[in-house]
Amino acid sequence: MIRFDAVSKKFPDGTLAVADFSLTIPSRTTTVLVGSSGSGKTTLLRMINRMVDPTSGSISIDGDDISTLEPVKLRRRIGYVMQNSGLLPHRTVADNIATVPLLSGVKRAQARAEALTLMDTVGLDRALADRYPSQLSGGQQQRVGVARGLAIDPNILLMDEPFGAVDPLVRSELQQELVRIQKDLAKTIVFVTHDIDEAFLLGDQVVLLRTGGQIAQVGSPAEILADPADDFVNTFIGADRGRRALRIEEVSGRQVVVDGTGRLAGILNEGTHT
Amino acid sequence: MNAFAEAFVWIGDPAHWSGPDGIPTRLAEHLGYTGLTVLIAVLIAVTLGLYIGHTGRFRGVSIGATSALRALPTLGLLTFLAIAFGFGIRLALIPTIIVLVVLAIPPLLAGAYSGIESVDPRTVDAARSMGMTEWQILWKVEIPLALPLIIGGVRSAVLQVVATATVAAYISLGGLGRYIIDALPVRDYTKVLVGALLVTLLALVLEGILISIQRLTVPAGVRAIRTTPSLRRQRAYGRNASAASRAS
Ligand SMILES: Nc1ncnc2c1ncn2[C@@H]1O[C@H](COP(=O)(O)OP(=O)(O)OP(=O)(O)O)[C@@H](O)[C@H]1O
Ligand SMILES: [Mg+2]
Repeated sequence: MIRFDAVSKKFPDGTLAVADFSLTIPSRTTTVLVGSSGSGKTTLLRMINRMVDPTSGSISIDGDDISTLEPVKLRRRIGYVMQNSGLLPHRTVADNIATVPLLSGVKRAQARAEALTLMDTVGLDRALADRYPSQLSGGQQQRVGVARGLAIDPNILLMDEPFGAVDPLVRSELQQELVRIQKDLAKTIVFVTHDIDEAFLLGDQVVLLRTGGQIAQVGSPAEILADPADDFVNTFIGADRGRRALRIEEVSGRQVVVDGTGRLAGILNEGTHT
Repeated sequence: MNAFAEAFVWIGDPAHWSGPDGIPTRLAEHLGYTGLTVLIAVLIAVTLGLYIGHTGRFRGVSIGATSALRALPTLGLLTFLAIAFGFGIRLALIPTIIVLVVLAIPPLLAGAYSGIESVDPRTVDAARSMGMTEWQILWKVEIPLALPLIIGGVRSAVLQVVATATVAAYISLGGLGRYIIDALPVRDYTKVLVGALLVTLLALVLEGILISIQRLTVPAGVRAIRTTPSLRRQRAYGRNASAASRAS
């Protein structure tokens, strides 16, 4: 369990990125921080592995105040996947995945074997093991990033817009992959995105943020959809434009689903549930 | 006979390939001064440059100090050191090496810190957030990626030192400068030219070697950006596509 207790972060230049933020992130579930650009998502995420230290307030992991923990040790037990994949350009895929295990003294052969297994886990062809990041597509790089985040078998996995830079098709593939991995591994995932659909798809708990890390609403996707706290949430989840209010219409003898703006959202399949 | 031809004849004369004033001896001396200088300068300047590059501290100060160093007249400094500190002729090696080290520091320092600064800050950030210590970031990420630029600094330092090590002869030491310094008073211009030619030749050879080393130190993954066939195809495709869109 990760607890934020009245956490604020003011950067040296005076920017108040996060103000008085409190939240409990339950273990072994996925919590998604969602909000528009500059709302403090990355800052919140990076406070968990002490890449950023709060100006005031405290953060604890399973009851331990992290300000008392050594940053390097803390980071080695937390997986971190970033938007640009952050791979080391001079190391092969396998070596990138094995970076932290190698630092912690795992033997080369064993680290490589584990890296190959992880490539299977994230759906990467083992033939890519000896390629360099520059020889991979964006989607493949992201998979390597996820594999590297999982390499130390961390309890906590931090993901900062990990699928932001890939095309919609690959993104949806990676999202499904993550859902599958999470079903198997049940990590405590803290996931950052500005895409509300991604948040609803992946999050057990969704945290909607305004500027300054102000919480607009916390809840399960269903709770937020069913009962948006205010206009901001309404706008953010697209309810105000009727994007979430679907209805059925008859078009050329078939039943189609149309959203509040009259745009086609899909086709209704009679009775069957696939 | 023209001067160059005479110089080459001089170089080709077997009589000039032995003894204390022979080419091998002078060449070895010259290389010795260069090697010693570059070694000392690398220890000082690269260490400092890595520190500045990694921490971002003292950057302004070092740039200022470096340009000040560049402005020092080598011969003047050499004379000053030799006389002021009484190194005299007996300990002539000390002021000579000091002068050459001063000369070698600016390019080495610049190569080292600009090399480290050229590493993508996001890569460094990723390394840190994975739990690398600052030393590990420096040794396993920054230095490997900065190596071509660091070697680039060594290259220009070596070039300058080789050319300037001729001043050693000015205060009674050896090296290829001897040919020039000894021959000038007696107007033996062939020998002056021989000295100049040999220094140039040595500089070219060292330059060639260092360029090869520099190429070899480009990390495979970085080199791959330029050589991956699939990527080249993609780029070609991008060009065609944009050409096509322009045409339509
Ligand atoms: N190192 C820093 N120094 C000063 N200000 C910063 C720093 N990092 C972030 N900020 C500021 O803090 C605020 C929150 O930034 P943060 O990166 O957490 O936003 P975000 O929600 O992740 O945005 P995005 O979706 O664009 O990634 C922004 O106003 C940003 O400009
Ligand atoms: Mg961000």
